Amino acid sequence: MHDAADHTEFVTFTTAGQLFGVPIGRVQDVFKPSRITRVPLAGAEIAGVLNLRGRIVTMVDLRRRLDLERGASDRPPIAIGIEARGESFGLLVDAIGEVLKLPNAERGAVPVNLDRKLAAVSAGVYRLDGHLLVVLDIDRVLDLRAEGVAA
Amino acid sequence: MGITCDFGGRYRTKAAAEFLEFLTETCESLDRVDAELVRFEQEPNNGDILGNIFRLVHTIKGTCGFLSLPRLEALAHAAENLMGEFRDGMPVTTEAVTLVLSTIDRIKTILDELETHQREPTGHDADLIERLNRLARRSDRGTQSSTRKDAPASAVQRKRADIGTSAPIRDTSLTSAGERADAEPGDRVASQSIRVNVDTLDRLMTTVSELVLTRNQLLEIVRRHEDSDFKAPLQRLSNVTAELQEGVMKTRMQPIGNAWQKLPRIVRDLSAELGKEIDLEMQGAETELDRQVLELVKDPLTHLVRNCADHGIESAAQRRAAGKAAKGRITLSACHQGGHIIIQIADDGRGLDLNRIRAKAVDLGLASEAEIAAKTDAEICNFIFRPGFSTAANVTSISGRGIGMDVVRANIEQIGGTVDLQSAAGVGTAFTIKIPLTLAIVSALLVEAGGERFAMPQLSVLELVQAGTGEHRIERIKDTPVLRLRKKLLPLVYLKEMLRLGERADGDCFVVVTQVGSQVFGMVVDGVSHTEEIVIKPMSSKLRHIAAFSGTTILGDGSVIMIIDPNGVVQALGRSVPSVQADTNEAAAADNIASDDLTPLLVFRAGSQQPKAVPLSLISRLEEIDCRRIEVSDGRHLVQYRDQLMPLLRVDTQAGIKQEGAQPILVFSDHGRSMGLVVDEIADIVEERLEIEVASDRPGVLGYAVVKGSATEIIDVGHYLPLAFDDWLYRRDAKTAPRSRTVLLVDDSPFFRDMLSPLIKAAGYHVVSVGSAAQALAAAKSETPIDLVITDIEMPDMDGFELASALRANPQTAAIPIIALSAMVSSDAIERGRAVGFHDFVAKFDRTGLVAALKEQSADLYRAA
Repeated sequence: MHDAADHTEFVTFTTAGQLFGVPIGRVQDVFKPSRITRVPLAGAEIAGVLNLRGRIVTMVDLRRRLDLERGASDRPPIAIGIEARGESFGLLVDAIGEVLKLPNAERGAVPVNLDRKLAAVSAGVYRLDGHLLVVLDIDRVLDLRAEGVAA
Repeated sequence: MGITCDFGGRYRTKAAAEFLEFLTETCESLDRVDAELVRFEQEPNNGDILGNIFRLVHTIKGTCGFLSLPRLEALAHAAENLMGEFRDGMPVTTEAVTLVLSTIDRIKTILDELETHQREPTGHDADLIERLNRLARRSDRGTQSSTRKDAPASAVQRKRADIGTSAPIRDTSLTSAGERADAEPGDRVASQSIRVNVDTLDRLMTTVSELVLTRNQLLEIVRRHEDSDFKAPLQRLSNVTAELQEGVMKTRMQPIGNAWQKLPRIVRDLSAELGKEIDLEMQGAETELDRQVLELVKDPLTHLVRNCADHGIESAAQRRAAGKAAKGRITLSACHQGGHIIIQIADDGRGLDLNRIRAKAVDLGLASEAEIAAKTDAEICNFIFRPGFSTAANVTSISGRGIGMDVVRANIEQIGGTVDLQSAAGVGTAFTIKIPLTLAIVSALLVEAGGERFAMPQLSVLELVQAGTGEHRIERIKDTPVLRLRKKLLPLVYLKEMLRLGERADGDCFVVVTQVGSQVFGMVVDGVSHTEEIVIKPMSSKLRHIAAFSGTTILGDGSVIMIIDPNGVVQALGRSVPSVQADTNEAAAADNIASDDLTPLLVFRAGSQQPKAVPLSLISRLEEIDCRRIEVSDGRHLVQYRDQLMPLLRVDTQAGIKQEGAQPILVFSDHGRSMGLVVDEIADIVEERLEIEVASDRPGVLGYAVVKGSATEIIDVGHYLPLAFDDWLYRRDAKTAPRSRTVLLVDDSPFFRDMLSPLIKAAGYHVVSVGSAAQALAAAKSETPIDLVITDIEMPDMDGFELASALRANPQTAAIPIIALSAMVSSDAIERGRAVGFHDFVAKFDRTGLVAALKEQSADLYRAA
């Protein structure tokens, strides 16, 4: 048995072939997005808004957010529900993986050669056998720097 | 009644409830005393104000005695004594007013303690009471009012309601303490209203919002099934929901003055503290808005007023040196505009120091010097809304309280508002805050553009026009699309294009005629569906920068759509489009006065390089016609135009008619006849003060005026009209257009007439609207046949029932179907309505229901015909 304080549970998922993890505490739910309303004039990373059980959720397309534009996924889209500062967001990803419990001590620093845009939203990496799991800092992913443009 | 204090149901027992009531009431009274005292200081001879203050202080004292709060009671009593002296003619000095204000402050401190510990704090107020009594005694001259001051503190004088009269208070009899509670004039008013906990109202509002959504869902389902049994009961449910919603909204509306009450006191104290002379002027305090919004806007407002007093207004000496009145002025005003409330806080002070802001912005690393140099003054001003920006060299105790303008802006934006500022050196600074009236529910028109649906707040929609190839065609003036609507040219915005959803395309479309402030413009959309009551959900923080949208909403079918912000769309009109003012035939709105002197002119060239101009209001259309269609007959140029032969005239002999390609013409119409004026090129539309400086004796030219810096010939249209119309043309009868159905709308409220006529027009009817039953009877007998009558029930002189009976009694009008509009649809009223011959009943606010009823009645009409 592991001591809970030494380990973090991650919800893992892939987007454009890359494995990502988000601390399970930040994930509200996983849902299949339906009827996304696109928002004209919004940034490319905003996929639109949708109604999830009476709440309006802003959908962020992770591929576009991270410039991982390597063709669209052939699977039906799936989203990770996140709450940030009282607002609901949905992160559009390609596929959901398993929940992994990983020791905090093994989390490595972001490699210097990691894509800059990816490094900017990363809170570290885990080297799993053959895979690199990038831990996402959700707040930085949602920092779209949309403010300031407002006139 | 105002609800300003919320103690959130912490007190449960009956005694506690009474106590809570006392706190709430006293809080309110104190705020009013504050404001009234400041007013009184300025108008010491105003007996009414004094009477108000006296009554308020007296009430506080009475309640304190009742709840055995000796400290409060003693303080209030001493203050009341001094007030009594004022009434007896003691001069009103700043010293005395300050003292009373300090007493009020002490009472507030004690109240705060009371709220937390539920008992009076220990301590005494001998200092204040002594000073109050001393002042009161000073004026006493030893002969008067000794009875009053010597009376035990618990004894209360019974007062007359008309306290402003000169009758001295001691003429009224002293009564025992037990009778005091029923002596207040306020009690009679109080029994007309009850206090409701704010939480209860909020929960009610949420429930109604949910009800509205569910109702919308049901309507959506029934819309898909034509002959549903649910239709009638659902219509009824819909009416009731609309009324309920209206009612709940009303309970939450409060005058904005409630948020202003503390400001006169704050400004007064600030002027004393800063050694400045400042007047506070307040306009539009009665403007109502939702209490939730009111609460949220209170702090930003207070902060801005402090800011004006502290940073804006200069000292009296500086003002005099600058040639201004020694006394500074802060103006606070509020008014409704569309679905928003506009609050302006303006001072006549020194204006923002732009150079200091520039320097500070560079210091803080917000921009480089080069970037700063490139910015406009307005952009520089906006720096003060950045975090960490405070331009006062020394942070003062007044506005430097740790909250900056960035917090003010964040607070306002949080409730979907905007704050803007204008500043001019030496003239002053003005903040304009725009916030939605309510965060809850609005009626919206659903439109479609580029395959997406959007909601348009119904409040800013004036009317809908079907445009395309028919009657209303979209024309272009130098690439600027315009729509001619009742002798006005309406600038247009293509929603699809503005939202980058696609290219504009010619063909059938709808123009949503929209008003924002004094600006009227048309929004071109691909389609229009129905109106729906929508529950506004705030915009995601990631999307809030998009000016075109004000929020999001969930529709009855569960999908999310964006709510268009007409104010944001107006920005897209920008400067590229000439602003065509909204001076409708019915007297231009008051805010148009400033621009009344300006005349929109169409500038064109014909014959020579010298620009020519004609008032835009005279032109009915701009056309480009194929030269091959121009016929020459008898030396006249003619063109087939709308099933008529329209004569073409040249401005002067030098102006030629083109031989090939497209010939631009200005079309003038008068009583169904049109003529075309041939021009070389349409140059521009400008707004100018039309002053003809040099008169002309050339026929067809009124004279010359300077338009946009060049001497311009002003064309006399009156000269050309007779030239165009010869006798042969006069005899030609105008083809009568197929008549559309005419609806007679009867309502004594101009508001409802204005609100409903566009809706009925949009549904494809011709509308005749009148303000009384008598006018309606006259209209029904006039030459225009009326197909349908929509009437209000509650009207002065002759109500809807009587009107219906009168129409039925006359064989000429007996067959016209009548739809009744009522604020209350009781089964009793429906019964009575049936008896007099109403065909349908619709609740006043139920727009969807009205259109459905119209369709139904006119369908019956069609079958009958």
